[in-house]
Amino acid sequence: MISRYLIDRSSKTVVFACATVSFVILLAIFVFTLKEALPAFKEIGLLDFIFGTTWRPGREEYGILPMIVGSVYVTFLAVLMAVPLGIACAILLAEVAPYRVREVLRPAVELLVGIPSVVYGLVGMVLLVPQIRHIGGSGFSVFAAALVLTAMCLPTIISISEDAIRAVPKTYKEGSLALGATRWQTTWRVTLPAARSGIVAAVILGMGRAIGETMAMIMVIGNAIQFPVSPLDKARTLTGNIAVEITYAAGTHEKALFATGVVLFIVILAINSIAVLILKRGSREGGA
Amino acid sequence: MSLKPKRNWLLLIIIAGLVASMGVVGCGDGNGGDGNGELSGTITEAGSTTVQPLAEKLAEAFKVQFPKVTITIQGGGSSTGVKSAVNGTVDIGAASRELKASEEGQGLVTHLLCRDGIAIVVHPSNTAVTGLTTAQVKDIYAGNINNWQDVSGASASIEVIAREEGSGTRAAFEELVMDDVPITASATLLPSNGNVRTAVSGDPNAIGFLSFGYLNDSVVALDIDGVAGTEQNAAAGTYPIVRPLYFLTKGEPTGVVKAFIDFAKSSEGQAIAEAEGYIPVS
Repeated sequence: MISRYLIDRSSKTVVFACATVSFVILLAIFVFTLKEALPAFKEIGLLDFIFGTTWRPGREEYGILPMIVGSVYVTFLAVLMAVPLGIACAILLAEVAPYRVREVLRPAVELLVGIPSVVYGLVGMVLLVPQIRHIGGSGFSVFAAALVLTAMCLPTIISISEDAIRAVPKTYKEGSLALGATRWQTTWRVTLPAARSGIVAAVILGMGRAIGETMAMIMVIGNAIQFPVSPLDKARTLTGNIAVEITYAAGTHEKALFATGVVLFIVILAINSIAVLILKRGSREGGA
Repeated sequence: MSLKPKRNWLLLIIIAGLVASMGVVGCGDGNGGDGNGELSGTITEAGSTTVQPLAEKLAEAFKVQFPKVTITIQGGGSSTGVKSAVNGTVDIGAASRELKASEEGQGLVTHLLCRDGIAIVVHPSNTAVTGLTTAQVKDIYAGNINNWQDVSGASASIEVIAREEGSGTRAAFEELVMDDVPITASATLLPSNGNVRTAVSGDPNAIGFLSFGYLNDSVVALDIDGVAGTEQNAAAGTYPIVRPLYFLTKGEPTGVVKAFIDFAKSSEGQAIAEAEGYIPVS
């Protein structure tokens, strides 16, 4: 009897300890990054750092606005392309596809997650960039980066949206069909709105993944420090900035890169928190 | 309670055995030799992507003679090599440039491996341009010359490809060609010699610089100041863009690391360097 009680208590403790370890690791990373970044914020000034338009470490100019614009532009384009594709695929998997098609398609989508990002970058550099050059510019562009990111966000958007659509109570669908609506009308006007919060959360999580992508970005986006105007222009992302310069940086330059990391951290934390909030609100409303 | 306790004990013993064996492997002596005088141990090397192919070939040849030695070769760029050597993250750092003033005084010992030429490459279809002067290359990279027709080519805008700032190849190029003039902000920056070669081989209007060791049929090396971009000319000193390649160690190397560096500088190691397209120094 005593041993059963002990096992019960000790398993709770072990599980709690593991969860604490994960949390502590996250906190440690954040605290370390913040600690390295604070001197940079003090020296450069928060507003000058975030809204400065020139990044020239050699001349002590540390403005990350071109990189912020680059990251936002690429993520926005990627989400624009990935959302219709992703939701359409999710609808197919959840509502339309026969069992055998689903059995093939679902693992295929999940396989996309397993491909290392450097492979995406390589394929982008060797296949996409020369083709985009035919349209205009040098091929290394925001558009190339957005295409690569679309392929990387799609699995996230598809699987979470599919779960959200499946979670819609069958009674909604049955009621709609019973009232005479076609299957498409049911999907478009009943199921999707009911799954809305889950789908929004999926899109936001996909966006979070896109903002954090580094390796594939530095291979196809050109890494030029400039404000991209057309999608065929070269640009540099926040993540690319860190990756390309950290090996060479020292002193304030290095701290400024850590500060870029803090900015990224906060953005991704905010995005993920919004997604969680939306998911929670959705489940409370009894919809998705 | 018949089988359960036995199964639990067996599982515990297996896990304990695995953990113990991991501990033993992980805590092995890095750079010693064993009793009968045969070299064994591990060597980690990281840094310049220019040095990387040479280091890999040297490691292969070294392992033929001393099969008990494990050598890991990584890239990352010359600045990574310097930083890693200073921090002790790796045994040997590789750099394709001289140490900067800020990197000296940290206890690094430089070992000259060989010399390497930097080729200015274009796409094979760009046959109109076979050579440039150093001044022209400088103007192209500074953004002053934007069209191939200004250097007797067909009319097309020049796509400038360069390396990231931490690259030793870039630093050597900036020192030998650019001479304090900054590379244009609209250049495409890529993180390794291999990426530059892939990019130039895919774009008929591109120009890039890379190590002689990376030359192959997919790109064409231009004549610089009238001198063809070949190893012979670089060795003879007539080709203008040549830089030293270094292995760096924190303090004087000992044990397996010393043996490997000595091997690299020996006639056998230098023959390998020559075969790979680099310029031997001894």
